[in-house]
Parts: sequence; C-alpha cells; structure tokens
Amino acid sequence: MKLTIPEEEVMNPGHLACQGCGGALAMRYALKVYGKNSMLTIPACCWAVIDGPFPYTTAGVPLFHTAFETAAVVGSGLRAGLKVQGNEETNVIAWAGDGGTFDIGLQAISGAAERNDDITYIVYDNEAYMNTGIQRSSATPHGAWTTTTPVKHYKKGKKKNIIEIMAAHRIPYTATASIAYPEDLTKKLKKAKETKGFKFLHIFAPCPTGWKSDPKNTIKLAKLAVDTNIFPLYEIIDGLEYTQTKKVKKVKPVKEYTKLQGRFKHLNDEEIQYMQEQTDHNYSILEKKFSD
Amino acid sequence: MAKKFRTDGKPVKVSGAKDLPPMQASLGLMTHNKTGSWRNVKPVINYEKCINCFVCWKFCPEPAIKIEDEKPVVDYDYCKGCMMCAEECPVDAIDMEEEGK
Amino acid sequence: MKKTMMGNFAASWGAQLSRAQVIAAYPITPQTLIVEKLSEIVADGKLDAEFIKVESEHSAMSACIGASATGARAYTATSAQGLALMHEMLHWAALGRLPIVMANVNRAMAPGWSIWADQNDSLSQRDTGWMQIYASSAQDILDSTMLAYKVSEQVLLPTFISFDAFFLSHTVEVVDMPEQEEIDKFLPPFNPEYKMDVKDPRSFGALTDQQYYYEFRYKMQNAMDEAVDVIKEAGKEYEEITGRRYDLVQPYKCEDADLILVTSGTIAETTNVAVDRLREQGKKVGNLKIRVIRPYPKTDILKTVEGAEKIAVIDRNISNGYHGIFSQELKGALYNETDIPVWGLIAGLGGRDVKVEDIIEMADKTLESDSPQDIRWEGVKR
Repeated sequence: MKLTIPEEEVMNPGHLACQGCGGALAMRYALKVYGKNSMLTIPACCWAVIDGPFPYTTAGVPLFHTAFETAAVVGSGLRAGLKVQGNEETNVIAWAGDGGTFDIGLQAISGAAERNDDITYIVYDNEAYMNTGIQRSSATPHGAWTTTTPVKHYKKGKKKNIIEIMAAHRIPYTATASIAYPEDLTKKLKKAKETKGFKFLHIFAPCPTGWKSDPKNTIKLAKLAVDTNIFPLYEIIDGLEYTQTKKVKKVKPVKEYTKLQGRFKHLNDEEIQYMQEQTDHNYSILEKKFSD
Repeated sequence: MAKKFRTDGKPVKVSGAKDLPPMQASLGLMTHNKTGSWRNVKPVINYEKCINCFVCWKFCPEPAIKIEDEKPVVDYDYCKGCMMCAEECPVDAIDMEEEGK
Repeated sequence: MKKTMMGNFAASWGAQLSRAQVIAAYPITPQTLIVEKLSEIVADGKLDAEFIKVESEHSAMSACIGASATGARAYTATSAQGLALMHEMLHWAALGRLPIVMANVNRAMAPGWSIWADQNDSLSQRDTGWMQIYASSAQDILDSTMLAYKVSEQVLLPTFISFDAFFLSHTVEVVDMPEQEEIDKFLPPFNPEYKMDVKDPRSFGALTDQQYYYEFRYKMQNAMDEAVDVIKEAGKEYEEITGRRYDLVQPYKCEDADLILVTSGTIAETTNVAVDRLREQGKKVGNLKIRVIRPYPKTDILKTVEGAEKIAVIDRNISNGYHGIFSQELKGALYNETDIPVWGLIAGLGGRDVKVEDIIEMADKTLESDSPQDIRWEGVKR
C-alpha cells in the first residue's frame, strides 16, 4: 500500500462544509502536511463556519477566529507572541478565502509580506464571497455569474493576479496549487513549511454551491482549471525565480471547463472564445517567466 | 482551571454562564455531528474491482473514507454523498446507491 | 529613581517596566514619541519584546490580539483617528477577553484636522468593553500602565489609558520610576488559563448563536463589576510599594464643598489649583477628578458628592445631539439616588486652553446661578 500524501488525519469529520467542498479538502491536505504543531487564524469565510459553531471545533489544532481583513496580521501577532515566549517551532497559518485575501485583507497581507513575518498564508480560492451567498470578489473570473454580477451584468473584469502582487513583495516562497493535484500541493506545502519568512499559497478550490456544478465534479473542475492553463501550477522563489511545477501536455479547451458550471451557462460561443483568448494570452506571458 | 475539552464525540452540555469560559473557547469536537444524515445517495465500494489505489481516500473532503486493513472503507456516519470518490475512481469500483435502500 | 520625562515617555517606560512582550504600533501625532522611545528601549536591550511595525492602527490592534491570544503581554499606543480606525478590533479584544493595555493620546477627531487635546476620541469607545483610565500627570501615566496590566490580567478585559495631547503628552515632569524588581513582584508574568496552545487545541471566537452570546456579555459585565474591587486592591498594593495611591476617583477638598467641580485629564490638575484659589476667596469648592470611567465609579461618586449643593461637570468633549459625556454619565449615576443639581460645562474642545482663571469663572458663574443648565458652552465665540 503506497500512499502519495501523508496518512495521518489531523482534521476531523463532522464539519459543516457543503458536499463536494474544495475548501474542506484543501484544509485536510494543509493540516496533514503541517501537522498538530500548528495554529490557524481564520477570518470571515466559509471556513469560519465549516469549523463548527461554538462550543465545537473540527480543525484539531488551535484556531483563532478573527475579523475579515485581519488574517495576515493576526498571524503576525501569533508568531510574535510565540517567539517572545521561546517557541519558534509551532507553525502559524493564516487561512482565508479569496474575499478576505484579494479584497479586504490585502493591506494586512501586504504589511505582513513586507515585514517578511514568519507565517504561511494560504488562500483557498473559490472565486467569490461564497460564505455570504456567492457575491463577486476580485478573484471572480471574467464571465462568471454571481449574485452581484447577475447574468445581465456578468463579471467583465479580469481576475486580480494575486500571485504577481505577492511576487512584487519579494517574499521567499509563493506558489499556486490545485486540490486535483494533491502530490504537487503537498510538496509545496512542505516546502513552505520548511521555509522561514512569509509564504503565500494560492489553492484553487472549486465550490459546487457557488459555481452551480455537480458536487461530484469538484476534482474534475480543479483538474480542468489546470489543464486548460486557466490556473497554471508554479512556484516563485524570492519573487523573482519562476518554476512551472506541472507542464500540461494536452491542453484542454476552456469550453470543457465552463460547460460543467452553471455560473458560465449564460455565455455564448463568442464570449467563451474571448475567455479562451484571454487564457492563452495570459499563459503565454507567464510561460516566458519560467526558468527551464 | 480551564474547562475540559471533549474529544469523545459527545455533545457539550452548557447550562449557563458558569459552564462557559470567559471567552468563546471551544469545549468539544464537531465529531458529534454525524453528517451522514445529509446524504441522498451513497458510495458503495465494490471490493472485487477495487485495486487499493486509495484515490478515493485521497480526495474525500470530510474525510469519510478510512483505511482499514489496507483497504478503503467508507465511514457512513460522516459521508455526505458528494460522490467525488466514485467520480475519481480509476477503475469504476464505486457504485452510487440511493440512500435508504 | 526620579527622572524628568514627558507624558509620552512615561507611557513608554510604563510599558518597559511592565515587561510588555509584543508591541505593535503605528505612528500618529502626538503619540509618535511613545513608539519611538519604545523602539529605542527595545534596541538598547532594556526590554525583551517583539516589535511589529504594522501598516495601520487596525493592524496594530489585530497584531496585539494575536499576540495576547498566545499568552504574551501585548501593548500599543495611538490617538484619535488611529483609535477610531481600530474600533472594530477594540470590540474584538474585549469580547475576546484579551488583557491588552494601550496608551491613547486624547486628540480631536477630524475634520477639522486638529492634533490638539479633546476627549471625543476615547469617549467614542465607551461601549467596546475596554476599561478606561484618564491620566492627568506623567506619573499617573507611568503608574497606570502597570496597574492596568495587573487589573486587566486578573479580570481579563483590556484597558486603555488616555491623556491630553500636548498638554500632557509633550510636557515634562519629574517622575518617580519604581525599580524593576518592585514591579516584577507586583506584576507577575501573564499566564492565562485559555490561550492558543498546541498542547490544548481549541478554537477561539467561533460562530456564537443566540444560545450563548448573551451569557458572554453577562460574564463581561461581571468582570467589570469585579474590576471595581480589583482596581482598589491593586491601588492599595501599589501604594505599599511606591507610596502613591490610585483609585477610580480622586476627590480634592470635596468633604465640605458646596460646589463640586467634576473633571478629568489635565483640566483636573488645573482645577485643583483653581479650587485652592477659590477657597482663599472663602468659597467652598471641591474637585472630583474622575480617573476611571469603565467600570463606572458610581458608588465612589455618590459618596463624594453627598452633601454638596451643586455639581458642575467640565467636559472637554461633546456628544452632539446630547450633552457633554462625563456629565451625561454622572447624571445617570445620580438619578434615583440624589437630586443635587448638575451643570454641564463644555470647555477646551480642539485643544483650546483652559486656564485657572477660566475655571474660577466657571465656578463663580455656577455659584451665582439658580437653575442648572444641561450645557453651558464656556468660552465659545458665537
């Protein structure tokens, strides 16, 4: 019996994630790699509810719930508190959704990244404010329906490139990952865990509830996002050295990805073609940055 | 003295302020919440087809698939019936059954 | 050991003597010197602390919250706009029962953009659950820091110490600094029962529904009630070490007073001088300085004003649409208990100077007045 990811479970079942939740699986992987000698800080997001209401918890490690925009800086505070008490071993993880990362949390992340505070920041990106009922965020991709970008006014802006923002801070380690490739994901988590300073991981985590997809397709979607080059898998060292960690051999068309999701249902062929062109264009720019 | 934290999967009883910590510090695990009741379909592993690759175990978000005697076993107390395991099984060894059958 | 220091530095040295372990602060006039001095103190090795140079006050309080949650003693300092910016997290610290101590330089809220003394900033935070001290001397600021940690860590509620911009933050006094050994005995290391600890993994601050939230507020109120006694006990213990006694209120010549002026901050010190001058003129005036407003010292106020014929509260603040805030709260305490008439005087907003002569005039006008006024705008140019 050969397992390709760590066997021990840290996270407990019984939590409140929807069926097929990408974010729940992402946390399961993160805690497997980081282990019990870790603490989490979680702002308003799905995981603030998934963990369970007071007086219960599911994570299996200490978890500090905090205000929406503060995950990164509470992480800094946790780290400082531990350090001054002589503890440099416990891992500190700030775990947030895309809303609390790309939007309201960006200032705190920038501050913590610039200070190079020794924490791991992980965003599980389901591309909208799912916990409050599927409102758009700056992580919502072009073309998507959300409750604040209804079909007549579907989101026409570009998805904010959070990885470039983090690279600009020249932090020791930045990476993208997908729950469909857990070996790649856990390898990156391990690398982050062993690096000192501010680490940022962007985990692609499909949400059947918000994307109007079948729960059973969550892994399939997380895989297609990578295989269409919509969400390439790579890592950046010190904000300057880009390395692709999975080169897709047979790139799939964007249409295969969008057709499985109700949030793209309203798009006609022309609009999907636009998305295809944007995807190809963005990937070609990124590809040039990869060192061979 | 900090109030004890229950890990036995039983619900926490709080009768009033005196049973509470000063702040909202948790008192027990969510494992008392058997999310298996959420299902309307359930995965059933066909062990004759199963090749013990553990892809199902790998992709379960709960987790509700355990490894017992080097085999994957669904934990129906917690399985929410998302069917990701069935979808990802490389040898189609997981069947979907209606709940309550 | 006697040292000359400005009010701001008294705050810094208070944090040093308290052995603050994590300091997260953001600069704002007129607080900047507190943080600069603390940077120097840490760099000189006089304080073993982690100094987080946060990028905003909201983050300053958030970082203190994270640090305090692990069981570290956390400190910050701010003023006006900065205090307002961290408002959300002030609630978080108090409801989360984290004994953070903070210095706040009382500065006018903008706009008009003013850096001068005014109490609207701190008084706007009364409902957050923080204990609040109003210091009126550099000595008070220094001593209150250690006292604040002692009380906060026992009742598990944070405290902030406010003091007037420039009048106190930037003026220099002779301050008696206690010895580190004395303070170490008075203030043992912070050791909370509940903290973020991998040996006892719990969640903190999770979704709390209607079954439980009410009881958490009830428990906070009990903690505030307990704090009244803890403040007095700590004050007594501190007096044994330093000879200086601090309480929730500090009456001056109130025992036989016909008119009691109620004051806070630097106006309180000026009023003591005014009281002496009025007494020389044969007028029986006293000064009731309010030092702690949360928990509210109702019992001490009632005891002090008993027998007085008139009370005049001097507010360096105003809650527009109602009255001066110290006067509102005092009238609330007096209601059902006594019918001494209360005059509400507004003075010194936006850092306008309030001199001894001004206070004497306020007292005289009140002594001559027959009917109490809710608001009298002292010195306003109409």
